[in-house]
Amino acid sequence: MEKRVVFDGKLLPYALLMPQLLITIIFFYWPAAQAVWQSFFIQDAFGLTMQFVWFENYSVLFANPDYYRSMVTTLVFSCLVTFFSLSIALMFAVQADKHIKAAGAYKTFLMWPYAVAPAIAGVLWLFMFQPSLGLVAQAIRALGVDWNPQLNGGHAMTLVVMAATWKQISYNFLFFLAGLQSIPKSVIEAAAIDGARPARRFWTIIFPLLSPTTFFLLVVNIVYVFFDTFGIIDSVTGGGPAQATTTLVYKVFSDGRLGGDLGGSAAQSVILMILVIGLTAIQFRYIERKVQY
Amino acid sequence: MSEVVLDKVRKVYAGGVEAVRGVDIHVPAGAFCVLVGPSGCGKSTLLRMIAGLETITGGECRIGARRVNELEPAERDIAMVFQNYALYPHMSVYDNMAYGLRNRGTPKPEIDERVKEAARILEITPFLDRKPRALSGGQRQRVAMGRAIVRKPQVFLFDEPLSNLDAKLRIQMRVEIKKLQRALAVTSVYVTHDQLEAMTLADVLVVMNKGEVEQTGAPLDIYEKPASTFVASFIGAPPMNLVPVEAGENRPKAEGLTGGLGLAVPPGGAILGVRPEHLMVVTGAVPEDSLGITFPVSAVEAVGAETFVYGPIGGTGQDIIARLPGKALLAPGTPVSVAASAEHLHLFDRQTGKRIGP
Ligand SMILES: Nc1ncnc2c1ncn2[C@@H]1O[C@H](COP(=O)(O)OP(=O)(O)O)[C@@H](O)[C@H]1O
Ligand SMILES: [Mg+2]
Repeated sequence: MEKRVVFDGKLLPYALLMPQLLITIIFFYWPAAQAVWQSFFIQDAFGLTMQFVWFENYSVLFANPDYYRSMVTTLVFSCLVTFFSLSIALMFAVQADKHIKAAGAYKTFLMWPYAVAPAIAGVLWLFMFQPSLGLVAQAIRALGVDWNPQLNGGHAMTLVVMAATWKQISYNFLFFLAGLQSIPKSVIEAAAIDGARPARRFWTIIFPLLSPTTFFLLVVNIVYVFFDTFGIIDSVTGGGPAQATTTLVYKVFSDGRLGGDLGGSAAQSVILMILVIGLTAIQFRYIERKVQY
Repeated sequence: MSEVVLDKVRKVYAGGVEAVRGVDIHVPAGAFCVLVGPSGCGKSTLLRMIAGLETITGGECRIGARRVNELEPAERDIAMVFQNYALYPHMSVYDNMAYGLRNRGTPKPEIDERVKEAARILEITPFLDRKPRALSGGQRQRVAMGRAIVRKPQVFLFDEPLSNLDAKLRIQMRVEIKKLQRALAVTSVYVTHDQLEAMTLADVLVVMNKGEVEQTGAPLDIYEKPASTFVASFIGAPPMNLVPVEAGENRPKAEGLTGGLGLAVPPGGAILGVRPEHLMVVTGAVPEDSLGITFPVSAVEAVGAETFVYGPIGGTGQDIIARLPGKALLAPGTPVSVAASAEHLHLFDRQTGKRIGP
């Protein structure tokens, strides 16, 4: 029996959709359109005149070695964060799946980082690793490492990678746990009877069956490192030292907001947008084809 | 080929549920043992303990001469067919069957040979390259069987392997499983809640109830001499008629009953059992040692080869069922007299339900 409420008239569905549509238009399409529009202009230093320059902002961008440096930084940063946040979360999820009674406590414990705002998370890590005062920093120094993320680019990168990874683990953990729990127990039991030791069972049965979840998370995490880590980078390193942690999204901010180059910054945003649209498209195509194993 | 012995095996789950309460079973080498019982009676738990998928709380499980309580499933040399088949969804049929052999380091040519041989026996050769999702229920079932037989284990374990198939396929697979087991002569333990499946497959039938064994024996022995009212009503369809009776003069006494001379009922009364298929319509007098039952017909079900006749007996309001051959020309509302000969009568204790005679 079908249980469905049928409304008369054509207005109601649109009325119900309206808030969502408005939000999407105001907060996404409008700024996006503005960014595209702005990327075709050059503004003078005082913001008084605008000159239409076609693709000049883009060509300037692609001629700038700083932009490529930022790309490499982003690549390193996103690979590290994605790899660590996925693998650590998977490790936790496998543990929680084993002791499913304790999983509730596990989940609550692991959800905390996700609930913390990025900037606050950044400050937290900044404090812990602050060279002269931070607890962890003192421990590292005691080990004989000259820890100084304010001067050493590698150290700064390590710090933002840790902070960004820490933030994302809980999200990945929940998806991995759900993914693990949707694998029929009997399939794993059959593998045990078939003589597969736990490690082999994991790599030949569990991991392949988790691949749709892993792929989904991979895309989500890449989008996360590209955009949502802005707050962490801003509060921990401010993109420094010497731009060692200036990712593409942070560069949009520092060029546009701090450097006053609105046109160039808009061009960078447009490139980022295209990247994300591409990623999402790949995700949808892949998921449609591949989720049913 | 090894025997399987369960010695006072118990299982208490973490929550305190005692699912299996001291079970003794002996399955001779090469025999087909069927565990049958209603849902929740602990059959799967018992099977999973033999497989090593559940720890054994008490008692001992032996396969061959080996105590296996502490062994991992992989070390017990068993194969199991699950109710939902539990095929590896991301592997081809070939890989599903080869997986267990690869894990054990079997040489490639031998794997290939064994998988192809199993596929040939089970007639799944055309599907070797397919993924399980591209197979029908019956084909998946065959792959699950194939995965079990390629390993040539000491023991096959089956947990309701046919319950996801439609009725026709179920009968067909039932026959094939039996044939295959005979041909391979591998000791098998098979769990089902379907008494017909149990009767047709078993060499050794174990009837379970509430975590305990009610009766063990050859299927026909159990059918002919059920050890309790539980077994009597579980084995056979429709179930045995069970009528409370009082003690008469060397015979049972109840409203609507005649005859039964020589069947001594203890003073406190008992439960008299007679199978529906042993009741025949009678017109004249009933021999003194046969049991006669007269009741008004309340419903008639004609299914062609046989006819089921229902009607209330005595003042109890309890329905009695007679299974009559062919077409019985009976109309609801008319009284009918049926009789069963002495060797088809069963007597059970009123309190414990245990068999007391004859
Ligand atoms: N993992 C478990 N934890 C606790 N109780 C269980 C578990 N598995 C089964 N049981 C209980 O044990 C009893 C027997 O279950 P099971 O062996 O599955 O019965 P069957 O296979 O005969 O239907 C049931 O009461 C069931 O609720
Ligand atoms: Mg079961």
